[in-house]
Amino acid sequence: MIKAVGKPLEEVIGMVENFRKILVAGCDGCVTVCEAGGLKEAKTLASALRLYFTQAGKAAQVDETSLTRQCEPEYLAQLRDNIDGYDAVVSMACGCGVQFLAEMYDKKIVFPGVDTCFMGVNEERGLFTERCQACGRCILAETGGICPIARCSKRMLNGPCGGSEKGKCEVSSEIPCGWELIYQRLKTLGQLDRFENPVEPKDWTTSRDGGVRKIVREDLRI
Amino acid sequence: MRLQYPPTVRIIEVPCTGKVDINHLLLAFEQGADGVMVVGCLEGDCHYRVGNLHAKKRVKRTKEILDKVGVGGERLAMFNLSSAMGGRFAEIVQEMTQKILELGPSPVRMAMGKAA
Repeated sequence: MIKAVGKPLEEVIGMVENFRKILVAGCDGCVTVCEAGGLKEAKTLASALRLYFTQAGKAAQVDETSLTRQCEPEYLAQLRDNIDGYDAVVSMACGCGVQFLAEMYDKKIVFPGVDTCFMGVNEERGLFTERCQACGRCILAETGGICPIARCSKRMLNGPCGGSEKGKCEVSSEIPCGWELIYQRLKTLGQLDRFENPVEPKDWTTSRDGGVRKIVREDLRI
Repeated sequence: MRLQYPPTVRIIEVPCTGKVDINHLLLAFEQGADGVMVVGCLEGDCHYRVGNLHAKKRVKRTKEILDKVGVGGERLAMFNLSSAMGGRFAEIVQEMTQKILELGPSPVRMAMGKAA
């Protein structure tokens, strides 16, 4: 899922300090799972903002809510009845949700409440790691289920590179060498012959390198 | 034990400090509390294993928030003692009361008082 982390509180205060009616809108999707922008976090941010405004002697109304998702027009419509009552909205959704909300309510000032980081997994509560870079052409079948695009710092297709040392990447000793992981996995699976057939350079046009992307599923559209 | 301690504390019982959420702590300050004490079991003795450790982390985070919004993280404190330690309880209430008296009323309560 998408992993995000709440923006530093001082940054959010800086964004909203001159507004007087603020809505903090959480999202029940990905940001709830990584505990960055769900209803609970929206309540925390709204409460913190109310404390800030009160002690600063500024009268302000800060309300919180959470939408089922902010990447879907039907769910964003949940705000239609009361969004006019606010000068500004802090959206705690991922970058997708913030933009979609701003698109639907284009006369409303919308601020991002979280920093969207990557697509990843929950190794344990509070430990999220990157696993996928959405390259658009998945090669996990060839690499034992470990992605060299996301987990190799250099996104190499025929790794490892000369910087791999004791199973760690030369970029940081905290990063495991993606290709070391792939090697060990392919060894477990008995597929080491994969290394005897180097793969051709990747077609990156399906990745972000190819420009802004779109999926059109005619089978789903009327 | 009939120990004396300042009548400055309103006690809210929870089954474990692990039940206490950041939002509960912030709500107390929003409603004008001058200080908040989170009183949990000794570390390692939590009946629910690590509830008091969760509380410790949440108290730390809430203190950071309180510092950033101008209320002051020193108004929130966590204490660890067993429920058999009546004397220590009276002691910590005395300590916290003294600290809050020195800090003065909460700026939130002051601002609310002026607005009213």
